Amino acid sequence: MSAGIPVQYFLILATVMFFAGVYGFLTRRNLITILMSVELILNSVNINFLAFNRYLYPHKMEGMFFSIFVIAVAACEAAVAIAIIINIYRRFTTINVEDVNEMKF
Amino acid sequence: MTANQYMFILFALMIIVFSVLTVTTRKILRAATFLLFVLVSTSGLYFMLNYQFLAAIQLSLYAGGIVVLIIFSILLTSHISQKFESPGFKKVIFSALASAAGAILAIVTILDYNFSATTIAAKEVNMNAIGKGFLSVDYDGYVLPFEVISILLLASMIGAIVIAKKGGPAKVQTTTLNKE
Amino acid sequence: MTNFGYTIWIPLLPFLMFLLLGLAGNKLKAKLSGLLGTAGLAVITILSYFTAYKYFFGGENAEEGFQKIQAFNTVWLNLTDKLHIDLGILLDPISVMMLVVITTVSLMVHIYSLGYMKGEKGFERFFAFLSLFSFSMLGLVVATNIFQMYIFWELVGVSSFLLIGFYYTKPSAVRASKKAFIVTRFADLGFLIGILILSFNTKTFDFITLTDPSGPAFSQSTSAAFMGLSVMTWSMIFIFMGGVGKSAMFPFHVWLPDAMEGPTPVSALIHAATMVVAGVYLVARMFPIFSLTAPVALHVVAYVGAFSSLFAAIIACTQTDIKRVLAYSTMSQIGYMMLALGVSGYGGHEGLGYMASMFHLFTHAMFKALLFLGAGAIIHAVHSNDMTDMGGLRKYLPITHMTFLIACLTIAGIPPLSGFFSKDEILAAALHSNKLLFAVEYLVAGLTAFYMFRLYFSIFWGKDTHYHHTPHEAPFTMTIPLMILAVGSIVTGFIPFNELVTSDGKPFESELELMVAIPSVLVALFGIGFAYLLYFKTNGLPDKVAGFFKYGYKWAYNKFYIDEVYIFVTKQVIFRYISTPIAWFDRHVVDATMNLIASTTQNVSFRIRDFQSGQIQKYAFVFITGAVMLAILFIYFLN
Repeated sequence: MSAGIPVQYFLILATVMFFAGVYGFLTRRNLITILMSVELILNSVNINFLAFNRYLYPHKMEGMFFSIFVIAVAACEAAVAIAIIINIYRRFTTINVEDVNEMKF
Repeated sequence: MTANQYMFILFALMIIVFSVLTVTTRKILRAATFLLFVLVSTSGLYFMLNYQFLAAIQLSLYAGGIVVLIIFSILLTSHISQKFESPGFKKVIFSALASAAGAILAIVTILDYNFSATTIAAKEVNMNAIGKGFLSVDYDGYVLPFEVISILLLASMIGAIVIAKKGGPAKVQTTTLNKE
Repeated sequence: MTNFGYTIWIPLLPFLMFLLLGLAGNKLKAKLSGLLGTAGLAVITILSYFTAYKYFFGGENAEEGFQKIQAFNTVWLNLTDKLHIDLGILLDPISVMMLVVITTVSLMVHIYSLGYMKGEKGFERFFAFLSLFSFSMLGLVVATNIFQMYIFWELVGVSSFLLIGFYYTKPSAVRASKKAFIVTRFADLGFLIGILILSFNTKTFDFITLTDPSGPAFSQSTSAAFMGLSVMTWSMIFIFMGGVGKSAMFPFHVWLPDAMEGPTPVSALIHAATMVVAGVYLVARMFPIFSLTAPVALHVVAYVGAFSSLFAAIIACTQTDIKRVLAYSTMSQIGYMMLALGVSGYGGHEGLGYMASMFHLFTHAMFKALLFLGAGAIIHAVHSNDMTDMGGLRKYLPITHMTFLIACLTIAGIPPLSGFFSKDEILAAALHSNKLLFAVEYLVAGLTAFYMFRLYFSIFWGKDTHYHHTPHEAPFTMTIPLMILAVGSIVTGFIPFNELVTSDGKPFESELELMVAIPSVLVALFGIGFAYLLYFKTNGLPDKVAGFFKYGYKWAYNKFYIDEVYIFVTKQVIFRYISTPIAWFDRHVVDATMNLIASTTQNVSFRIRDFQSGQIQKYAFVFITGAVMLAILFIYFLN
């Protein structure tokens, strides 16, 4: 299925996705959209894993297993993060990250 | 151009466009929807790479689970029609510069590097191999991370419940006002 | 040699008791902790007596004299192969004798304290400190090397400090404890210097090697000289300085009278019977070196001892606080011991002074402890230290009266009590070497009898004082030690010290020298008679006598203004011209530098604290920018 597509294309695609996530992380104010940016970042990493696995080491399965674990970790992270966000919302009645700045000097 | 090249271009365009939209749209529910599109497209890429199992997981867990969770939390904490005020100009410029610099650096490095294509025959990734890989203690076995992940899942489940349950409005409200 | 390994428990048991009472004392009942401390001491008393019996009468030492036995030894600090500090147990006649003295007096004091300290706040603390002191003192006397001795020497100093300041809410007690510690500590500086000089020249700390006249220490000791005196003499003089401080000899005696602020049992144990004779013990321990290589230092010992004994005896005649009288009397008696060591030679009959000194140390421990405990019983009964508040007490305190009388007669040197024998040996030793010192000692003997009976008559006879409430005899726990010690004061004179404790371990012949003994008894009787005239009945005579001496009396009453001299030297000279500039330098240069550093840090941190804004996106921005820059650096510039 992937014949005729160089591995670099996958990597570049993942890079763009990754830095889109980074940009979102840096500019978004809403905690939930920040969380979405993080999901984008994780997803781009998965694409890298799988592309390397398929193109460079097709006789092995490490990349795929790592992707599975990354997805599992991402699920955990999303669950805990959303719990925290809800708690923050209760505490501050906002999920604007700039207003949640108690931890400073 | 073969068919799979067309497909790749389709998925790649979808991913790039919707990723950027996800992080730039000013309506939160739309952001979630665009994220969903990105994740679905990614699973398409997985199909192209012949990882059907992973693609299925991607669809069911990411697209089905996490996005729904995110949408629920959006509904709990925001108004649907609410629009974000656009982030500060300085912030956008600097963040974009940093991200672009990183992206260009990575892309240049990728293009510079000479990936040597392998000639080894590909191993077929079927359910049987995946199941054995998860539960094997051999060289290619992943039983330890598998168990660790299961503990992690349990812990985060309990943690999420505990964190979300406790608290309530603070007795002394902070002076920060909701700008939304 | 028979096995003496068990002797390690003699110092160790009080130490364990100290840990137990010190750490868990407040959880135990006060009475139980007192009994525990006493029981522990009783056990080691038995062990000590057993050791003494085995050592002296084990039957193996008869021919070649008593040998030094190293019962236990362990390397404590192994600095290099040659330089190491050991801890161990050394048994020889004087250390075994000291074991007996210390455990006996300490046990009596423990028992006595059960009654005397009853109901006091900090009862278990008191017993913990007593155990600490017993441990340190026992460790001191059995030290196998001079460094171990120094360690325990400081430990007894600390225990003394703790016990003098036992009533730490009383400012005078706090002052006294500080004074005692600082004065003795200053003297110990000399001791340390002496140790360093000595061991540098002899290449050893070990007592057995050091004190063996045929050993390498004597031949190796260099003949280098400084200011006309050999190095060995200097080191011995410095070491003796430590002894002067601990034994309250002139001019470091000022702490001893003030140390009477401590509880009376403490005065009996530490400041009369055991710790203050540590200086004498030190000289006796180093005696072969003193005698064979540093005779000049030995002369210093003799003159310091003689002067202190006369000086203290004169002051004792004028004081009215009974504990202070006893304190000066202690100083005077220790002066006797020092003098006896100073006039002694090494080996055979020449070593008469050495033997006499140890003999007097032994008997003095008994009767002086008895005097102090008796004084404690009196204070317990009338709640005052001042003998002008007392009189006619014989009716109320019969047991105390009898035992006190025995002790007074003993210290005055009336036969056949023990003080007579030991003092007579000292006088005989002095007669054979130095007539001047001999004459001084006769004078002191008379003065001793006079001031002791001045004390005795004013307390138990004299005017019939009216008391607020009738004085009553002390409880059994207090009177039984008095009686035991009284018996000890009577019978210890008959112990044949010339066969047991001698300078070279071999017994020698010694008989009573009547030409010395008879005049000394007469002098003592004269002193007693004079005291009888003045103080038996209230009359104007004491004031007339005081008026006769006028300035002399005033000087003696104010202790010859030695304290004032010290105050002048420290306050007017040292504090003003040395400490004040140093303090200024410390405050304005050293501290200022530190403050500058601190304030700079503070200012800088105030400036940069805005970096921690709480804005997580700023942190992330910095982190990502940094990561990208590092990546560029590593890929394009450091490749």
